[in-house]
Amino acid sequence: MRETSWGEFVITRLIKAAGTSAILFVILIFIFLLRESIPALTEIKLDSLLSVRWYPIEEYFGILPLIGGSVIVTIGAGLIAIPMGLACAIFIAEIAPRWLREILKPLVEVLGGLPSVLLGFLGILVIAPLVRTYMNLPTGLTAFTGALLLGAISIPTIVSVAEDAIDAVPKTYRDAALALGATEWQTIWRVTVPAARSGILTAIMLGIGRSIGETMTVMMVTGNAPIMPKGLSALFSPIRTMTATIAAEMGEVANGSLHYHTLFLIGAVLFTISLAVNLAASSVVFKQKKRAERILS
Amino acid sequence: MLKTRTDILVYVFILFSLVPLSGCVVQSSEQGTVTTSQIFIENKGSDTIVNLALAWAEAYQEIRPDISVSVTGGGSGTGIAALINGTVDIANASRQIKEEEIANAEANGITPVEHVIARDAIAVVIHPDNPVNELSIDQVSAIYSGEITNWLEVGGEDRPIVCLSRETNSGTHVYFLEQVIRKGDPEDTTLFSPSVLLLPSSEGISMEVRQNPNTIGYDGLGYVTEGMKVIAVASDPAGPYVLPSIETVNNNQYPISRDLYMYTAGEPEGVIKTYLEWVLSEEAQQVVSRLGFVPVETGE
Repeated sequence: MRETSWGEFVITRLIKAAGTSAILFVILIFIFLLRESIPALTEIKLDSLLSVRWYPIEEYFGILPLIGGSVIVTIGAGLIAIPMGLACAIFIAEIAPRWLREILKPLVEVLGGLPSVLLGFLGILVIAPLVRTYMNLPTGLTAFTGALLLGAISIPTIVSVAEDAIDAVPKTYRDAALALGATEWQTIWRVTVPAARSGILTAIMLGIGRSIGETMTVMMVTGNAPIMPKGLSALFSPIRTMTATIAAEMGEVANGSLHYHTLFLIGAVLFTISLAVNLAASSVVFKQKKRAERILS
Repeated sequence: MLKTRTDILVYVFILFSLVPLSGCVVQSSEQGTVTTSQIFIENKGSDTIVNLALAWAEAYQEIRPDISVSVTGGGSGTGIAALINGTVDIANASRQIKEEEIANAEANGITPVEHVIARDAIAVVIHPDNPVNELSIDQVSAIYSGEITNWLEVGGEDRPIVCLSRETNSGTHVYFLEQVIRKGDPEDTTLFSPSVLLLPSSEGISMEVRQNPNTIGYDGLGYVTEGMKVIAVASDPAGPYVLPSIETVNNNQYPISRDLYMYTAGEPEGVIKTYLEWVLSEEAQQVVSRLGFVPVETGE
């Protein structure tokens, strides 16, 4: 008994360390990003940082077009991926017969494992020319092309997580709704999906997180022109995202230069945005739990 | 169980002990007396030069089978940074080394030495269906700085102009900015228009030019492939408009041409010296013309 409890002591500590280390790493990464980006904040004037011109080799460090580019392409991807991903998840979880479900779910997960550089190739060779000719745009290398591909990248994440959440809704909920005379559609839309709301929200947030952090695909298909997006029409012009900027320029930048620190600042902004998205998601989830508990009690 | 684990450990140990050995070879065999092992020359840098450097490396392998030149791209800045860090023997660059890079190198105890190894012309390319045949440097500059946005203004069809460029880290980008957009004037502060697409590779530019009739792009003459139309360029709007070719670059008629460089850490010695001497030989310079670049001696 004594020996096992000693082993247990070690294992408990190890698990605890593993759990808390994730938090520790996130904090360390953020501190590192901040430390490397502080010179950019102190040495570049704020109005220069908040200008709309990004041309680092001539010391134009306006990061707004890059933030705007990332936001616009993520919104576009969300508009595509959220409805399609949820529809797909609902279909797989609620409507598809068992045999189809067993084919579809693994297939979607395989799609999620596709290397994004492959999708980038597909985009540059097939999607971009199609977008240009069918939408009559000057070039097919636009935010919209990027959004299409990012949608394809984030759909598997959304489907996979949302399907699990919908599947976890107890069968008794559905039975009760059907017994009360609700149609199958009413059961899905009014009972099952709301009951799985927190899981679905997590799925959407994970999908958005996936698209805002995606690098290779957007670098290949969005044209990388640092144009300040003005409104949703910017979806159909080239943009430059924060991730593509870091990826394209970090390899060449002189260590310790202003440009180098500005790239870290962009990294810190990216980090803050995805942190905010996650915090917003979890706060909504918490609130909902409380309400559900209130109702149950 | 224990036995297999020690076996694995032994293998890992052997593997790791081999890694530094292969790196040592260069230093220990510079006189070329060691016949049992390969001598490696690390060559890295400009993507413009990478095909040329590879062709040279292959040809040199046949002459001196004991020497392997390993070539990687990544851009002029990457190559020079690697030279400063001491991880390569030769850095390829399509631009001259910057003052600050020399300062960085010297802070690291390295003196970069410059070797002009070929000349290159930058071709301005468009889609073959575009009826425009010639542009002056002024027009190209106005197109890339965003003053001219429709092909109609330069004698083409009524189409928007989509400008394509390499990323800012490319030596070709900096050269084009200084010599074309700013027309060689150091006081000029004209910039690329923000709507210029910055593509990460030469391949990206050629793919877009081949399929999109609105585009204009630029790249090294060696990268012009079928399916693109090369534009005749004039420094004076009155002409003459000249197409880039080995002859026009050599007799300085074509206005957008430049030298290509290799940098070594200090004056080259041993195998690196013999390699660089061979690179400037007639035989190696024939490879230069075969790849669409311009041989170095006839040009000057």
